[in-house]
Amino acid sequence: MATDRDVMRLEEEIAGLDALDIVRTERTNRTAQIWSALWPKLAAVAIFFAIWQIVDWSNWREDFALPGPTTVLPDLARLLKTSEFWRVTFATTMRRAFTGYGLAVVLGTALGLGVSRSSIVRRALGSFITGLQTMPSVVWFPLAILVFGPEESAILFVVVLGAFPSVANGLVSGVDHIPPLYLRAGRVLGARGLSSVRHVVLPAALPAYVAGLKQGWAFMWRSLLAGELIVSIGARSSLGAGLFNAGAVNDATHVMAFMIVIFMVGVFVDGFVFSRIEKTIRRRRGLIEVGATA
Amino acid sequence: MDEATISFPNQGLEGHRPAEHVVVSDPRATAVRIQGVSQTYHDGHSSLKALDGVSLDVVEGEFVCLLGASGCGKTTLLNLIVGLYHLSSGTIDVGGRRVALMFQEPALFPWLTIERNVEMGMRFRGVPKAERPAKIRELLNLVHLEGFADRRPHELSGGMRQRVALARALAQEADVLLMDEPFGSLDAMTRDVLHDELERIWRTTGITIVFVTHNVREAVRLADRVVLLSSRPGRVVAEFPVAIERPRRIDAPTVSELSGSITDRLREEVRRHGH
Repeated sequence: MATDRDVMRLEEEIAGLDALDIVRTERTNRTAQIWSALWPKLAAVAIFFAIWQIVDWSNWREDFALPGPTTVLPDLARLLKTSEFWRVTFATTMRRAFTGYGLAVVLGTALGLGVSRSSIVRRALGSFITGLQTMPSVVWFPLAILVFGPEESAILFVVVLGAFPSVANGLVSGVDHIPPLYLRAGRVLGARGLSSVRHVVLPAALPAYVAGLKQGWAFMWRSLLAGELIVSIGARSSLGAGLFNAGAVNDATHVMAFMIVIFMVGVFVDGFVFSRIEKTIRRRRGLIEVGATA
Repeated sequence: MDEATISFPNQGLEGHRPAEHVVVSDPRATAVRIQGVSQTYHDGHSSLKALDGVSLDVVEGEFVCLLGASGCGKTTLLNLIVGLYHLSSGTIDVGGRRVALMFQEPALFPWLTIERNVEMGMRFRGVPKAERPAKIRELLNLVHLEGFADRRPHELSGGMRQRVALARALAQEADVLLMDEPFGSLDAMTRDVLHDELERIWRTTGITIVFVTHNVREAVRLADRVVLLSSRPGRVVAEFPVAIERPRRIDAPTVSELSGSITDRLREEVRRHGH
């Protein structure tokens, strides 16, 4: 017969054994971490500029058509130094981006929840949402300009149409792929209706939802820049308008400077927002294997 | 010998200790009354009878193990008691008692820390926010995971995750705890420890436990009463009161002896349906 003491001693031994199974996350040096994330990017950029420079030296195209980095980068630096650029051009585009994206997220989330929770809504709207996603956003501009005029609202309309299907589909696929065990566990714990959505369904669907948000941002940015190129609103400056105007006067240097800015916005938003969120989610849920060989 | 038993905080639940003789009519109130429960699954054109006229009474504070080979509808029965499935025929009466269910898998939410997972057992019952932290701490102490409140489920071992699941189930402050092969995927040593812990917690809290397993020794190690179910369809074929003094060891001769005779009976059942 085991006495209490025996049981406790055994338990301590097992706790020791059990502990072998515990995942330990090691904290590495912060600078080392940043450097290891940064150097491959820097190397890629360096290789890109090297190739560009070689093409420039080869005189494959005249300098006015395809200028080299030594011409474009100083022009870009000049552009970034003017307060006018940040205050008006950049600010206008970013304001439209956030407004349009915000509306798209609200609409996409509402529709995504509707489709994922109700089979009737799914049958009614499911394929239409995906169909909308397959339509290139420029297709909407002729109609949007006729309906709204060459106004800000025409751009916003197309931006929202371009971005919300990704958000909705991300959420739907997230909800569809929730392991039933989580839902059953939630029900056994007493989660019903809205509390189940808030505390079980949405957190469980979060990874795919964030993937949808990320794709939605990309679609929004593409639609927005297409809109700014096509719909010229008075003399108001924006990234798209700046690019269009530079092209109109055959200023290839300025065209490329604007293109670099447009590209960098995408890179920064992914690197500093979405990649971070995704990584945090994966780390918290144990989806990053610790100690595995690459 | 008795010292070991007395050192447990028994809270006046003397009835937990099985008497030498079997009491036929238990004076305690019935916690779960299952009467004539049949359950048939329809899958397109075919149908499967999972349970056939199962009747079973579990009294308050009792530890009952449902034992049977796979396919005997043990899980179905638990899901019916907790209300996850609709009952096709028969009645299940828990007399308004709160019922918690622990799954074979820990089923912890990977997006929450350990303490938040335990908190989920209180959140939907309207426990005021201010009262939760103290209760969470108490429960984590009870399952010996004091230092792991801020960890995430994936950082814990399998046995520890089941401890968290147990704490979460206890957080529901249920009167009846249903356990569906909760230690089935654990190694034997960790399982032994969890048996000790479960027995201790059961004695401290006085909770009624219905524990499903296909492991005969586990059933005899834990139960006041082992209920043997047949397979396809599930039926109660025999009941074995377990009058072995607690705390028990799974490798004690008395446990082995009773396990042996139950295993013989179980084999007979399997043979009968094995044609």
